[in-house]
Amino acid sequence: MLKPVDILMVGVGGQGTILASKILARAALETGYDIKVSEIHGMAQRGGSVVTQVRLGEKVFSPLIPAGGADVVLAFEKLEGLRLMPFLKPDGAMIINEQEIPPVPVLVGAAEYPADIIEYIRSAARHVVAVDALAVAEKCGNVKAANVVLLGVMARRLPFAREVWERALAGCVPAKLLEVNKAAFAAGYEYKGI
Amino acid sequence: MFVENCEQVTCRLFKSGAGEFIFSEVMDLKELLSGNEAIARGAYEAGVTVAAAYPGTPSTEILENFSRYPGVYAEWAPNEKVALEVGIGASLAGARTLVAMKHVGVNVAADPLLTFAYTGVNGGFVLVSADDPGMHSSQNEQDNRHYARFAKIPLLEPGDSQEAKEMVGLALDISEQFDTPVMLRTTTRVAHSQGLVEIGGRSPRELRPYKKDPQKYLMVPAFARLRRNALEKRLALLKEYAEKSPLNFIEWRDKSIGVITSGISYQYVREALPEASVLKLGMTNPLPEAVIRRFAAGVKRLIVVEELEPFIQDQVSAMGIAATGKGFIPNSGELDTGILARKFSEAGILKPPVKTAAEGSARPEAPAAPGRPPVMCPGCPHRGLFYALKKLKLTVTGDIGCYTLSGLPPLEAMDCCICMGASIGAAHGVSKANPAMSGSTVAVIGDSTFLHSGVTGLLNMVYNNGSGTVIILDNRTTAMTGHQHHPGTGSTLMGTAAPAVDLETLVQALGVKRVRVVNPLDLAKTQAVLREETTAGEPSVVISRCPCVLLTRAAKPAVRVEKDKCIGCKVCIQLGCPSISMQDRKALVDPVSCTGCGLCVQVCQEGALVKGGDADA
Ligand SMILES: Cc1ncc(C[n+]2csc(CCOP(=O)(O)OP(=O)(O)O)c2C)c(N)n1
Repeated sequence: MLKPVDILMVGVGGQGTILASKILARAALETGYDIKVSEIHGMAQRGGSVVTQVRLGEKVFSPLIPAGGADVVLAFEKLEGLRLMPFLKPDGAMIINEQEIPPVPVLVGAAEYPADIIEYIRSAARHVVAVDALAVAEKCGNVKAANVVLLGVMARRLPFAREVWERALAGCVPAKLLEVNKAAFAAGYEYKGI
Repeated sequence: MFVENCEQVTCRLFKSGAGEFIFSEVMDLKELLSGNEAIARGAYEAGVTVAAAYPGTPSTEILENFSRYPGVYAEWAPNEKVALEVGIGASLAGARTLVAMKHVGVNVAADPLLTFAYTGVNGGFVLVSADDPGMHSSQNEQDNRHYARFAKIPLLEPGDSQEAKEMVGLALDISEQFDTPVMLRTTTRVAHSQGLVEIGGRSPRELRPYKKDPQKYLMVPAFARLRRNALEKRLALLKEYAEKSPLNFIEWRDKSIGVITSGISYQYVREALPEASVLKLGMTNPLPEAVIRRFAAGVKRLIVVEELEPFIQDQVSAMGIAATGKGFIPNSGELDTGILARKFSEAGILKPPVKTAAEGSARPEAPAAPGRPPVMCPGCPHRGLFYALKKLKLTVTGDIGCYTLSGLPPLEAMDCCICMGASIGAAHGVSKANPAMSGSTVAVIGDSTFLHSGVTGLLNMVYNNGSGTVIILDNRTTAMTGHQHHPGTGSTLMGTAAPAVDLETLVQALGVKRVRVVNPLDLAKTQAVLREETTAGEPSVVISRCPCVLLTRAAKPAVRVEKDKCIGCKVCIQLGCPSISMQDRKALVDPVSCTGCGLCVQVCQEGALVKGGDADA
C-alpha cells in the first residue's frame, strides 16, 4: 500500500517550478504511484503566482488538493509560501526559499512586503525548512539550479529512494547541465536546516 | 463495488487504472499527459488527419501537440468560425476532423455550428469546447454544454486525461454512426491536469468517398426543412444509444445517497462521498432517461453534482424526478473536494469535516499577503503605448490580449474590454452617441485580435463615416496564449513559411487614408503621432509596431541608476515595470530582469536612469 502524498509547489513565473514537478512526477511514477498533476497556465505566466498541485496515491481521483490537505508545501518564493499556508496540513511540512520577489503592488508602494514571513510560518507550522536556495545553488555552480536545491530538500522527506530521484533528475535535465543539477540536488538533500 | 452499465461491463474502458495499476507491466505504455495532450493523442490514434483551431486558454495545446504527429495536417485559423468552417470542409471531403476552441470561441463559431448540426458529416467530426469555470484566463464562465443541447448534437464530458483520450475516438465513432458533429467539452482542470494515459497505436483511416448530395449539404429552406426532420430522428436514435452506452455507468455503493455527476465533478464526488452510489454520465446530451430513472429508483436521496449551470439537474427535474444539487452547491466557479464536503455538511447530508489547523484556532493570525496580479513583462512594447495613452488622458475602448493588463494599476489606461474585436465597434459607437468624445476616444487592438475580428469593425467605421483612431498593437504574435502564429507572422502552425498580411495595405484597402506606424518604445514620437491622429477628424490607424520581448530575447544591457541624481519621485514606478522598485527612496533596477528597453530612461526627468553601456554623464 503506497502512502498518499499531496504536494503543492508555488513560485513566480520563471522560477522553475515546472521542471521540479516533472522530476517529482517521474520519481513517483517509477515508485509505482498513480499521479495527478494540476497546473494553471494562462494569466499566471505573466508574472503571477504559479501553483502546481501534485497528488500521489494508489488511485488518485481529484487533481486538486483541498485546503488543509497538503503534506508538503514547497515554496520557491517567501510570499507565495505565506499565501499557501491555509493549504498545509496541521502536521505537514513547509519548505520555503528565503528569496523575495516583490509583486507589483509592492513595487508601486500600494502594499508592503511582509517583514516577518518566516517567523510567522515557524510559529504556525510544525515542520519548517527555510533555505537560501539561491546561495546554495550558486555554491554548486549555477543560481538557476535553485529549483533543484529546493527539490532536494523536499526529496529526503518523501518515500522514494535516493537513486530513484537521481534517475528522474537525469531523465529531465539536459546532459550538459546534469552535473550542476546533481550537485544542487545533493546539496538540498543533505541540507541541515531546521 | 459493483459497476454496472447498460450493455456490457466495460470497466477497462472508463475505469482503467482504478486501483489496478500494475507497475512493471504497463509502465512503458502509460504516459503522464495533460487533458489537452491526451486529446491530441486520441485524435492521432483515431485517425484524424485534419485539425483546425484558433488559440485560446485552456484549449491551445491540443493543436500544438496534434500538429507534431506524423501524417496529419493542422492549422491556426484567424478565428474560431473559420476554424470550424475549415473543419466542416474537411469532414465533407471525408477526413476524420478535429476542431478546438475555448468556450467563448464557440460563440464566434456558433453560426456554422448550428447549421452543421443539420447537414451532418461525412468524415467523423469532433468539436472540442474548452470551458473555464473559475475564469482562470477568460472574460466569462459560460457553460457550453448548453450549445450541444441548442444545436441538438451529442455531448461528451471527460473527467480526466485517460477519458479525454478515449472519448475523442468514441466521439468520432458516434459522429460517423449517427451522421452528426459531436461536442467534446472539457474544463480547465481536465485540460490542464496531467494523469496517466494508456498509449495505443494509430488506426489509419481512408478518406470516406465524397458524394454530391445537395439535399444533405445545401441548406436552403426546402432542403433545410428535410434536414430539420432528420435532426429529430437522429436525436431519438442518440437517446437510445445513450441508454446503452458504456459512457454512462452506475457504481452501486451505499444507496442512501445517489449522485449523478459528469466530467471533473466525478473526481470530487468520489473523494467527498466515497460511500455514495454514483451515476457517472460521460454522455450528457441527449441524457439517458431510463438509466437515470433506474438509478433514481434505486437510491433514497438523489443529488446532482455538476460545475456551473444545473444542466443535468434541470433536465432530471423536468423528467419529474426529485433531485437536489444546485440548491446548496454553487453555480459559479470551480468545485473541488473541499467545497463539496463543506456544502454537503452544511446541507446536513454529511457530518462536518474535521477542522484543519488552518481553520482551527491552532495557528496565529497571518500577516496580510499582498496579491501578485499578472503584469506586463519587463521590456513589453505595450507598456510604452499605454503610458502615452495615459499621458494624453484618452478614453480607450479595449480588446483582449496581453495589453488588457494595461487596465490594471498603475497604468489604468483601458476603459472597457468585452470580447475579441469589440474595441473598434465600441469606439465608433461612443463617438456616434457623443460626438464630444470622438476626438478623445481610441480603440486599441492586438495584431492577432485585429485579424480575428477587428477587420470588419474597422470596415464599418470607415463605411459609416466614423472618425475614430484605431491603434493596432502589432507585436508580431499572439502573445497572450503563448506565441502562436497568425496570418501576419509569416509562418504556419506546421512550421512552413507563409505570406504575411501587410497591415498597412490591408487597412488602406478598407478605406483608411491615414495610416501611421510608430515604435511604442519611442515615447515622444508615439505621443506626438497619437495627438495628431486623434485630432485629424477622419478614420485613422496607428500601427504600434515592436515585436514581443519574449520573442526576440535580444536584451540590451540593463538600465543603470545614478543614485545621487534620483530624487525618489517615483515617475518610473508609474510604468508598472516589474524590474523597477524603490529602495531607500531611490529607484532600483533589477539588472537580471531588465531588458534595457529604455522607457524608464525616457520618463525620468532627472537623468537618474541611464541606458546600460552608456558612459557616465
Ligand atoms: C473568441 C476568443 N478566442 C480566443 C480567446 C483567447 N485569447 C485572448 S486574447 C488572444 C489573442 C491575443 O493576441 P494579440 O491580439 O496579438 O495580443 P497580444 O497578446 O499579443 O498582446 C486570444 C487568442 C478569446 N478571449 N476569445
